[in-house]
Parts: sequence; structure tokens; C-alpha cells
Amino acid sequence: MLDNLKEFASEFFVTGDPLILGAQVSIALTMIAIVIVLTYFKKWRWLWTEWLTTVDHKKIGIMYIIASLLMLFRGGVDALLMRTQLAMPELNFLEAEHYNQIFTTHGVIMILFMAMPLMFGLFNIIVPLQIGARDVAYPFLNSMSFWLFFWGAMLFNMSFVIGGSPDAGWLAYPPLSELSHSPGVGQNFYIWGIQISGIGSLATGINFIVTILKMRAPGMRLMKMPMFSWSVLSSCISIIFAFPILTVTLFLLFLDRFLGAHFFTLDGGGNPMMYINLIWMWGHPEVYIVVLPAFGIFSEVVAAFSRKKLFGYASMVFAMIAISVAAFFTWAHHFFTMGSGANVNAFFAVTTMIIAIPTGVKVFNWLFTMFRGKIQFTTPMMWAIAFIPCFVVGGMTGVLLSVAPADFQFHNSYFLIAHFHQVLIGGVVFGYFAGLYYWWPKMFGFKLNEHLGKWAFWFWNIGFYVCFMPQYLLGLMGMTRRINVYDFDMGWQPLNVVSTIGAFLMGIAFLFQVWQIAHSIKFHKKDTTGDSWGVGRTLEWSIPSPAPVYNFATIPVADERDWWWEEKERREQGIQPKAIPLEPIHMPKNSAIPFIKSLCWFTAGFGFVFNWLWIAIPGLIGVAICMLVRSFQYDTDYYIQVDEIKRTEAALRGAN
Amino acid sequence: MANHDTGAHKSHGGSFKSYLIGFLLSIVLTIIPLVVVLNDMMSRNATLIVILAMAVLQFLVQLFFFMHIRDEEKPRYNLMTLILAVVILLTIVAGSIWIMTYNMTAG
Ligand code: HEM
Ligand SMILES: [Cu+2]
Repeated sequence: MLDNLKEFASEFFVTGDPLILGAQVSIALTMIAIVIVLTYFKKWRWLWTEWLTTVDHKKIGIMYIIASLLMLFRGGVDALLMRTQLAMPELNFLEAEHYNQIFTTHGVIMILFMAMPLMFGLFNIIVPLQIGARDVAYPFLNSMSFWLFFWGAMLFNMSFVIGGSPDAGWLAYPPLSELSHSPGVGQNFYIWGIQISGIGSLATGINFIVTILKMRAPGMRLMKMPMFSWSVLSSCISIIFAFPILTVTLFLLFLDRFLGAHFFTLDGGGNPMMYINLIWMWGHPEVYIVVLPAFGIFSEVVAAFSRKKLFGYASMVFAMIAISVAAFFTWAHHFFTMGSGANVNAFFAVTTMIIAIPTGVKVFNWLFTMFRGKIQFTTPMMWAIAFIPCFVVGGMTGVLLSVAPADFQFHNSYFLIAHFHQVLIGGVVFGYFAGLYYWWPKMFGFKLNEHLGKWAFWFWNIGFYVCFMPQYLLGLMGMTRRINVYDFDMGWQPLNVVSTIGAFLMGIAFLFQVWQIAHSIKFHKKDTTGDSWGVGRTLEWSIPSPAPVYNFATIPVADERDWWWEEKERREQGIQPKAIPLEPIHMPKNSAIPFIKSLCWFTAGFGFVFNWLWIAIPGLIGVAICMLVRSFQYDTDYYIQVDEIKRTEAALRGAN
Repeated sequence: MANHDTGAHKSHGGSFKSYLIGFLLSIVLTIIPLVVVLNDMMSRNATLIVILAMAVLQFLVQLFFFMHIRDEEKPRYNLMTLILAVVILLTIVAGSIWIMTYNMTAG
């Protein structure tokens, strides 16, 4: 009996690696610590009613951001481990198997569990405030999306300590990801973790499209809408068409693994290349999904801190929508070397080059916005300015990669690694940081310490170039991606050392940010104006920070592009806004169902990972019960009465 | 949510009869390919064509009888989305066929 148990445990838990043992111990300790703290301060009820069951878009946004920063930490540690292994030739720090797992989890976590949720966090907090809405269109679904993402991410991350991590690359190409080559449970964690969170992403896409189309303040025509909201709309358009492709592709892979189907197997008429073709139909739009909102953020930040209207509003809108549609016509540039023939390659090379044009338009728009502006070098603005050269270089190396014949040389080399990190870090991460710093006071009512922020900024930027510029050269010298050892005589060592140093500089930068947040929480100055930077142009800056539950006591008629800016000028000239009478506000009630139902999905996913139907089936039944219960709930909303609004507003506004 | 009372709640004009017709049609359209495949009634290519044709009809039935694509008021966002979806769908199918023709290993 005891022996059986021991044997089971030794297979169930990942054992034998000191790094992982350390992680297991620290995870266990952290969990115990959290439980103790919550119990000691009697915070369980608070956690449940204020956070876990909330449907308030602002709180959901904050939870997204916290989760994504934790994931940034995990993905970053993965990156540093890999860079450490690569610093010297023939190092034995990570074995091949372990290295494979780490680049796989790093890639998946950074894109799906760091970039996406950070993006959704900003969507959630800002979009309703920016368009004058009191919540998103479907608050319950919104909470569902968050918890599906959360439990999906937890399932994926669990593989690290239980059962073993996936190791077939971040896109899990078959045949490597098929049962024949990856018989373990790691690949199942991959499928279920991504599937569960993927449903959440799709729902978020729908939610924000409806919110933006249906819930704008009176007078706000689409062409008067702030640019960030436009970028969200374009990103969500891509989401609702791209994510179903991912779901179906992974589902087919699941059928192969679980029921012995032959969609992508080597035998039985399957074709692994079909998977590669399908997954990139999601994969390419995905990169635009994450970068478009960053473009939106830059547009807001650049205009605000240049104290000027955004240059070329209409062309910007056009460029974003064009990108979100054109993104669906370039996918084959990810596998020029697969041998689809010259015509296919030529076609996709040209579409790829064409999509660079609207991106170029935007860069000029930002430059012209800054031109002759009164620029203030605050941290959000610095991130925006640093983004431009970084993204331009990254974009140009992308155009180099799109030259199909040349790609036979670059493909799967460190040249590619350098290229996509340059656009992902220089575009996406810098963009979200700009947004995070810019809107932080809107979320929490105080600014982050600028001094520490500048340290973090410089470490990130210098670290970035030191890390990734040498990789372009390494790629040209023939170093391929996904290798964990190389020989002395390749001559790659000097550049690899430099690159690793750069990676650690970025690690230090992250520590500065943690310090910055901790410091600012302790020593901040409370913002009483609501327009913390003093340069706000759009609706979100017209209400107190943090915004009350209902966001807007009365919804303004926002019929100008930079409504709040114009309104401030009017008020300066002594024109007071027309008072709109208060009315009771209709709000959604909290619900525990999203949390519970996602937990049931997690349970079902866990069961499927280990092929334990006795866990999977109860999990699915739980999901069904949650749906049923929700269908019969009618009491899902309430009204906030006028005197309560008056009291809240007086407390928030009276403070200044 | 909060803005819902501003007119988002209109009934979606389906009558009992139209739902019933839609329901029956969708069942029939599901059964036809099933029967064709289970009884080996046609050649491989003919079977494929039947399945595809039934799928397209099924799609139309869903749109007209359950999703009320005809009744939408302006601006017709649903229609626009649908057109974009069809474009992307055709790209997926035609693009995959084109890309994979050179890649058919053992046929
Ligand atoms: C913070 C600095 C970062 C460093 C030092 C870093 C480093 C690395 C390294 C060493 C690899 C493996 C290369 C190989 O052996 O093939 C890698 C792969 C990858 N990284 Fe990063 N990375 C960073 C940030 C990011 C970010 C922010 C993202 C996405 C938003 C990202 C996405 C990826 C992806 C998708 C892969 C490919 C994984 C695969 O081969 O399957 N990385 N990164
Ligand atoms: Cu691409």
C-alpha cells in the first residue's frame, strides 16, 4: 500500500531536479503564508465578496493585471534560466529535456498568460471609463472570462510541479506533440490550459465589441471615440475570428491524443503540416491582437504629454482596422520553408510586406503629434518614445524575414528570436508598461514613483539592446533557436555572454519595478483631482480616481474628440457644464458562479490531463449545473439610489 | 448593463412556426449526410460534396431561423460581421487547400 502510494507520488510530482524541488517548496510555503495571513487578518470574506465574486470591470481589470505581473515574473525567470545555460558553451546547467520544457512554458506564458491578461486588464479598466459606460456590456460574462483565464493559467502552470511540463515548443507542432512522440501528460496540460483560458479570451473579445458599439456616451459617434478604444475594437475584431481557429486546432490535436484520431499524425492519413497551417492562422492575428492595443496606448500617451491633438486621427483608425483584417492574410510567412511552392511563398511575402505600410503610417502620426508639442518626459511618455525606434527596427527586420528566399537562411535562427522579441518587448511590453504607468493613478488614486520608474526604464531599455542585438549576429553566424548547448569552436560564446548580461539587466529592471510599486504604495501622495497628470484629454480623466462603482454619476454628452480637454478649456473660460439631474443607477449584482464554474472547468481539465474520467466527468457536471443555476437566476441587478450617489460623490469630490 | 434600459431589449421577431420550421430543417440537414455516410451510398467525392452542401444549408438555416439576420436594424453590425466571417472562412478553406496541395505526402 505504502509502496504503491510512493510510486504514484514519484510519478505524479515532478521529482529529481533541485531547481524544481526548490520551486515546490517555495510554492507550498507561499500558499501556507497566504492562508495564514488571510486568516489572521480575517480577510477571507473580504476576498470573496470584494474580489472573487465581483463583476465590477475595474476590479476584474486589477485582478488581470496582478495575475499577469506574476506570470511576467515566472516567464522572466524561465528566460533567465535559459540565458544562463546559453552563456557558456557546453554548460550543464539545464539538460536538453529541461531546456525544452523551459522555452515552451516561457513562450506560452509570455504570450497567453502575460501579454493577453495584461492587455485585458487595461481593456477592462479603461474602455468603459473612456467611452462613458458604467460597466461592460456583459459584466457576468466578463467575470467568467477572467476566471477561465485564471484557472486555465493555473492548470498550465501546475505542470511544472505535477506531471511534467510540455516541451514541444510554444505552438506544439505535431508530430512532436502527438502521443507517439510526447506520451506524457505535459502536452495535455498545454491543450487544456490554453483551451480553458482561450474560451475566456473569445468571450472578452465579444464583450468589448458590444460594449464599444452599444454603450458609448450620448454624442460620442464612432469617429469621436478615443484612440485606445478604437485599438481595442480592432484587436477584438481579430480575437473573435482568430480564437475559434485556435480552439478548433487544439481540439483536433486533443482528439488525436485522446481518442486516437489521425488529423495530424504521421500514420493513418494524418498530416502534421496541416496543424502548422492552421495554428498560424490564429498565431499571426494573435501578434496583432496584442500589439494593436499597444498602438492605442501610444496614441493616447503621446497626445497627452505633447499637449496636442493626435495627428491624423482618421488615418490612424483606418490603419488599425486595416491591420486587424489584413492580419488574416499573412499566416504562411511563418513556414516559408515548409515547401508550399514558389507561388504560395510569393503571395504571402507580398501580403506581409503590405501590412507594414499601415504600421508605418502610424509611426509618422506619432512623430507628427510630438512635432512642436510641449513634450513632458514622464515615465509613460518615455516608454512611448523608446518604443518608436525599437519597433521600427523590429519591424524592419520583420520585413527582411518576409523576403521568402532570404527566410530560408533566417528561419529558426537567433535572427528570428531577436526579431520577435524586439517587436514583442519593444512593442507590446513597452506599450503595456506605458499604459500601466499612465493609467495607474486612475486605477489606484496615486502615481507610481517617477524616480524609481526612470531607473527601471533605463535598465529595461539598455538591457533589451544588450540582450537582443547580439542575437541578430548570432543568427547570421548560424546559431539556431531551441538548442541548449553549443561547441567552443563555433565562436558564439562572446556574443552569448553579452546577451545573457542584457537579460539580467532586464531582470534588475523588473526588480526596480517591484520596488517602485512597493515604495509608491507606502509613500504615495493621494491624487484628488482625478486628472492626475493634468494633461488628460479623454473621459476617464473627468471622474475621480479611483472611479466609484458606477463610474459616472451622470453621463456627459461627449460629442468632441478630446472632450475632457475641451471641457477643461470651457471651464477655464467660466462656462460651466449644464447640470444633469441624478437618477438611480442600474447595476449588476455580484455572482459566485463565474468563479465556481471556472473551477469546475479546471477540475475537468485536470481530469482529462491525466485521463482520469472520475475527475473529469464530475467537473463537467459541475459546469452544467452552474449553467442551469444561472439560467434560473432572475434577481441579478439592483439600483443605486440618488441619495447614495450624492453621498459617494460628496465624499470623493469634497476631499479636494 | 447599466445602459440596457435604453432600448436594447426588443423582442427578436421569431414566431413559434418559424422556430419549428428551422428546427425541423436543421434536423433533416443533419440526418441526410449521416445516412449517406453510414450506408456508403455514394462515391467518396460525391459524399464530400453532399456533406459540404448540407453544411452550407445548415449554416443558412441557423442564420435565418434562429439568428434573425434579416430583422436587424441599422447600423447592421451583425451583417457586416457575417460578411467578414465569410471572407475569413473562405480564406481559411481556400488558403489551406492552396498551401497544402504541394504538401500532400502519402495521398
Ligand atoms: C524579458 C526578457 C526576455 C528574455 C531574456 C527572453 C529570452 C528567451 C529565450 C532565451 C528564448 C529561447 C530561445 C531558444 O532557445 O529557442 C525565448 C523564446 C521565446 N520567447 Fe522570450 N524572452 C524574453 C521575453 C519575452 C516576451 C516578453 C515574450 C512575449 C510576449 C517572449 C516570447 C517568447 C516566445 C514565443 C519564445 C519561443 C518559444 C519557443 O521556442 O517555443 N519572450 N525567449
Ligand atoms: Cu506572422
